Amino acid sequence: MSEKIKELPGTPLSEKDIIEKKVLFTEWHPEFMWAWDTGIGYGRYFAELKKGRIIGTRCNKCRRVLLPARYFCEWCFRPVDEWVYLEDTGTVNTFSIAYTDWLARRIKEPRIPALIEIDGSGGVGIMHVLDEVDPKEVKIGMRVKAVWEPEEEREGAITDIKYWKPLKEV
Amino acid sequence: MGMRKVAIVGAGMTKFMRRAHETGKELSWQAAKIALDSCELTLDDIGCVVMGTAPDAFDNIHMKGDYLGDGAGAWRKPYIRGFVGGGTGVFVADQAWYHVASGLFDTCLVVAEEKMSSAMPHPQGNFITCWDMFTESPLGPSLLWFFAWEMNRYMHAHGITEREIAMVSVKNKKNAMDHPAAQLPAEITVEDVLNSEVMAWPVKRLDVSPTSDGAVALVYAAEHVAKRITDKPVWIEGVGWCLDTIYVGQRDLYYPKYVEYAARQAYDMAGIKEPSKEIDIAEPYDPFDYKELHNAEGLLLCGKGEAPKLLADGVTQRTGRQPWCPSGGALGVGNAIAATGLMKVAELFWQLRGEAGKRQVPGRPKKGVAQAWGDEMQVGSVIVLGV
Ligand SMILES: [Zn+2]
Repeated sequence: MSEKIKELPGTPLSEKDIIEKKVLFTEWHPEFMWAWDTGIGYGRYFAELKKGRIIGTRCNKCRRVLLPARYFCEWCFRPVDEWVYLEDTGTVNTFSIAYTDWLARRIKEPRIPALIEIDGSGGVGIMHVLDEVDPKEVKIGMRVKAVWEPEEEREGAITDIKYWKPLKEV
Repeated sequence: MGMRKVAIVGAGMTKFMRRAHETGKELSWQAAKIALDSCELTLDDIGCVVMGTAPDAFDNIHMKGDYLGDGAGAWRKPYIRGFVGGGTGVFVADQAWYHVASGLFDTCLVVAEEKMSSAMPHPQGNFITCWDMFTESPLGPSLLWFFAWEMNRYMHAHGITEREIAMVSVKNKKNAMDHPAAQLPAEITVEDVLNSEVMAWPVKRLDVSPTSDGAVALVYAAEHVAKRITDKPVWIEGVGWCLDTIYVGQRDLYYPKYVEYAARQAYDMAGIKEPSKEIDIAEPYDPFDYKELHNAEGLLLCGKGEAPKLLADGVTQRTGRQPWCPSGGALGVGNAIAATGLMKVAELFWQLRGEAGKRQVPGRPKKGVAQAWGDEMQVGSVIVLGV
């Protein structure tokens, strides 16, 4: 290829070409809106979060806890059997210390997103963020506890848990 | 299993770049035209077209496969778009195979395109639509979170260091210096990687591949047609793909089981029993440096946690016993998502034909494996080529 084709096609533009409008382009700034229905599994999951509780579902065939709570087991392809309340404590499975936000913008105070294995679930994790902890102190295997929004401010969303903080076990 | 033998007989690609003046359609045409010219065929000789292009969110073009169709040569032909996120590039290579192997078509043009740069101010923002809209995106995640979790878990499971992983970036960016399409070829050191800006620890700027625009195309032919077109057909000996659950907390990220399943499917078909010995060249997907190692383990090229040792011992260098990413990979050539997966298949094609120029792996390699990964980080697609 390198021998047969001398010059590959494609015309690179620089950031300057765009910023200084040296080339033509068309912009669009649409504003759309969606309202997604939570469905059966997530519906109850969020209703319980509003009450300050974490709930999952159990499939008695594969004996797994499904979290976030779900309506059917994708392994066994059958309905789940029961709702199970779980603890609002858990163990850090893995984490990051993020210095960029979702738009790739730099942020001064890092966020600490983590996968947290929820107590009572048999090791199933959810993603959330840690706080009230020095990033340098965070370790895989660290025990954490949920910090909830005040009851009147909860709206039935994953953000009803503000963050997770280190758990001082007695 | 009653399938016909299928060969790759032509390949072409554009440069990879941060932002291309060309539209996605034009890039697709450029790559497709070179691929057809390379084997002296015209569109009239093509029976069907398979197109790969990843998230619609980059372009905000609804039914992007249809929009790109003209550029891929799909005019009045049987046409399908394959799409499994980052796994797309090798998935469409698999998909094109069964179009021909099944006997339905004698030839197939497979084109993979990505134009990430349309998304402003940065394509990263558009990945927010990849997350679960109920339980994940309200937390304001960046995809880097995910890669950081996986890299951290991988390091933790095996006691691997950032320093060991950084060597992948050094190797691939250097390999890319010999690739005429490369966007980020460079001679850097392990220290450069370790000292680069922390984006989402443990992921640093030089651990990450760039966002890119570009396109790649291949021409497939059934055995009886391939023999009339070329003396150097490269045979597709195995294909495999697999999807794991979307629930990230339900898998242990230290190992990509779904890549292993995809690899086993492809190796079984190719009659490969010991991939670590039988594969001469590998192009595992390397959007991040740790991913080359992680994916190589999923591809069974070594045991779990052993990839850093092969790297340190020079085994995976272009001149080593089993080169990984001799192309320069996503880290060096660029990560035009779907196009990068197919670029890896094109690299095997050129390498196995002895046409890779300055990148040519010594010792007449006979068997190669390429792999892509992505979607919600739970997709593996694999192809095995041989001569
Ligand atoms: Zn079950």
